[in-house]
Amino acid sequence: MARGMDHLDQLENRSVHILREAYANFKNLGMLWSIGKDSTVLLWLARKAFFGHVPIPLIHIDTSYKIPEMIEYRDRLALEWNLTMIYGQNRQALEEKRTYPDGAIDRIACCKALKTDALKHTLSGEWPRYRMNHSKKAYELDRNTEPFTGVIVGVRADEEGSRSKERYFSPRSTQSQWDVGDQPPEFWNQFKTEFAPGTHLRIHPLLDWTELNIWEYIRRENIPTVSLYYNQGQGTRFRSLGCYTCTQAVDSVAGNVDDIIMELKSGKFVNIAERSGRAQDKEGGGGLETLRRDGYM
Amino acid sequence: MSIAAPEGQQRMSIVIVGHVDHGKSTVIGRLLADTGSLPEGKLEQVRTQCELNSKPFEYAFLLDALKDEQAQGITIDAARVFFKSDLRHYLILDAPGHIEFLKNMITGAARAEAALLVIDAQEGVQENSRRHGYMVSLLGIRQLAVVINKMDLVGWDRGVYDRIVREYGAFLDQVGIRPACFIPVSARGGDNIAERSPSLGWYEGPTVLGALDAFRSEPAPVERAFRMPVQDVYKFTKQGDDRRIVAGTIDSGSVSVGDSVMFYPSGKKSRVKSIEAFNRPVHDRAEAGWAIGFTLQEQIYIPRGEIATLESEPHPQVTTRLRVSLFWLGKEPMVKRKEYLLKLGTTRVTARVEEVLRVMDASTLDPTDQRSVVKRHDVAECVLKLDRAIACDLAQDVAATSRFVIVDDFEIRGGGIVREALADRQASVRNQVLLRNYKWEPSFIQPEHRAEKYNQKAALVLVTGSNETERKGVAKALEGKLFEDGKVVYFLGIGNVLYGVDADIERKQTNRLEHMRRLAEVANLMLDAGIILIVAAAELTQDDLEVIKTAVQPELIETVWAGDNITTDLAFDLHLPRGPVAESVDRLKAHIQDKGIIFRPW
Repeated sequence: MARGMDHLDQLENRSVHILREAYANFKNLGMLWSIGKDSTVLLWLARKAFFGHVPIPLIHIDTSYKIPEMIEYRDRLALEWNLTMIYGQNRQALEEKRTYPDGAIDRIACCKALKTDALKHTLSGEWPRYRMNHSKKAYELDRNTEPFTGVIVGVRADEEGSRSKERYFSPRSTQSQWDVGDQPPEFWNQFKTEFAPGTHLRIHPLLDWTELNIWEYIRRENIPTVSLYYNQGQGTRFRSLGCYTCTQAVDSVAGNVDDIIMELKSGKFVNIAERSGRAQDKEGGGGLETLRRDGYM
Repeated sequence: MSIAAPEGQQRMSIVIVGHVDHGKSTVIGRLLADTGSLPEGKLEQVRTQCELNSKPFEYAFLLDALKDEQAQGITIDAARVFFKSDLRHYLILDAPGHIEFLKNMITGAARAEAALLVIDAQEGVQENSRRHGYMVSLLGIRQLAVVINKMDLVGWDRGVYDRIVREYGAFLDQVGIRPACFIPVSARGGDNIAERSPSLGWYEGPTVLGALDAFRSEPAPVERAFRMPVQDVYKFTKQGDDRRIVAGTIDSGSVSVGDSVMFYPSGKKSRVKSIEAFNRPVHDRAEAGWAIGFTLQEQIYIPRGEIATLESEPHPQVTTRLRVSLFWLGKEPMVKRKEYLLKLGTTRVTARVEEVLRVMDASTLDPTDQRSVVKRHDVAECVLKLDRAIACDLAQDVAATSRFVIVDDFEIRGGGIVREALADRQASVRNQVLLRNYKWEPSFIQPEHRAEKYNQKAALVLVTGSNETERKGVAKALEGKLFEDGKVVYFLGIGNVLYGVDADIERKQTNRLEHMRRLAEVANLMLDAGIILIVAAAELTQDDLEVIKTAVQPELIETVWAGDNITTDLAFDLHLPRGPVAESVDRLKAHIQDKGIIFRPW
């Protein structure tokens, strides 16, 4: 660690610093893991920060419409890396079939129900949480219902307009709402770590990373990723992962990490946004910002 | 527009500041356009739109157009704008136009490597020209170019330029900034932005782009003294990992395996055994910028908030009184006698304003009337009094560990730098304690092992008050109760020390500091042995407590006032009004359970 730092080193070390600050300042801290490449890089950075361990519970919001490979991958890594793995979902909406795939509501309303609402109530502990029992290799009801007061999220500033306005430590009101216009100042590695009762903080260690940085880091560190990101021979792959009902594969022959990096640097995706395959962003104008003000990731 | 700089290419983050309407957005728009950094067709699109709405085209509109585009989630964002020169990629942090400009400006500027400060040639130096210049200085940005804009509106007059250079140059000199250059430009016409302007033939310096390219990426301060604020000491014993890793990010200097390290404010010493990392090659040296962890040869107790330094290098300042320069962002002014939270490195401490030395009127930098409050957007010099001693550096020695923020009502409301470490009353005691810690012979048994064995955390419970029967009654009854519970606990009346340990010094007020020091040293030994020590002492003052906190880890101390009659200025943790002893003891026991000193059974 005596050589000069390259750009990835700078990003990595800053993120590690932020993760350690979060861990030191929040008693009830959790980390959202969407199984996608960004939050998986985040998980890897936690292993960096804590020397191979992950002392922070991982929370997955399972819409039940996730591609099956994602769930398999989640549970395999949870066991291999000895993770405290928790998932939550909107059971009621799923049981009553009030979802977009069931034809009951539109995409934005579905995202709100299956993701935002599920997230809010899983974080607050009002809805059941399911925790991986490592000896039984199965999930069981988590007896701990304490609310999370700090939630680490893998959003990046370059993903989408509203995410660029974020801070590393970003307050959320009692209703999980975000006041975009009035954000705390953040300087000199000092973050907002004090918060009023009932409010919580979202922590964004990946804010400065770009999609390309993520892939370059995955290559450098050899981080395992879901196979869905790679072309398996049919000439398509996923660039961003979500529910199978609302996420389109893109035409691409990139079959491995090197191919993807080439594609992002000089190939067909240079000027096309990553989330362009996500249908909910486009509905009703600023779909994602609307969702995010309300508590979405 | 591509946001990712190709591998190996230079990047630099910059910030553009200045008074409102002096042309920051136009300078940015022009830089984007003249360096060919705009998305294809964007310029034409905005021109056409202007024609359709029959309003004159302005380069500042380009920023708005980019924001619109970003809102659709296509390219980049409003708060970060990118452009490139032949030399490197630039990232403009926090483009102007936000509501809370100063708050956002500081957020961006604190991470910038260089700044452009824009002044309108016609309007001249204005309040925010000065305020922002001062902020740039306080934030530690050393590379600054002043852009004197709208030269076309003053007929390209060299006299106007010279006047601003003289006036603003003198101001910058006062705040300790030497600007790289003063560039006369007309951002609207592109004069001296990327291309030299024929209208400004008398000017021989660089263009704006040239000035930016002449800035250097500042290397991490590897050559300075080693400073690493401790974020945590990690032990993952339950996961079968028995390493004890001191973790933090190196602010300056470097550290190697085998180095003798000193931790401040405690003054404890050990030696680096190994530098630890996950999925990184093994290193025996680490330098500024890296988030690292190391293990120690001799196990010592170090809490988060200490600063790791090298024994062979200049040591940091340790005190409870600081002379600082600070800026204030809070809507409510900063006032005396109010408690604030100060955060420096990884330490947090309660702070009060002891004195406001001067409030600078940001528009003139003259000391204003003798104000005793610091208002929103003021820059002031103050003396801060801290609740306990912290380690820090002076701004001219190590920048990172001289910087602090002030938190009020859960929010960061101000920031500043340490100019001077002032003497405090307990300075002599502190020097003795530093030597004691330096010479301390650690045992093989760690404090946490003792805590586990005894099922309690070591603590000093100071029971004071004006009524002897009440304070001693409560103290002894608590000892009895905890003893019954199986705790390792000891009652110590102050007289037991006065006539023994203190036998050689007279009992008079001038010796009070020494009496307190000796009491604290006795307490420190018993706490190191893992004991819950209950001391009953008459009418302790805040001064007394501060001496005791110098010799005993402050986080291990609980103070209790027993009785109705409060006769000193002590800021105690718990008040026990007169009442049945059993009730008082129950409350006190609940208090130490709340503090995690002993468990509360379910």
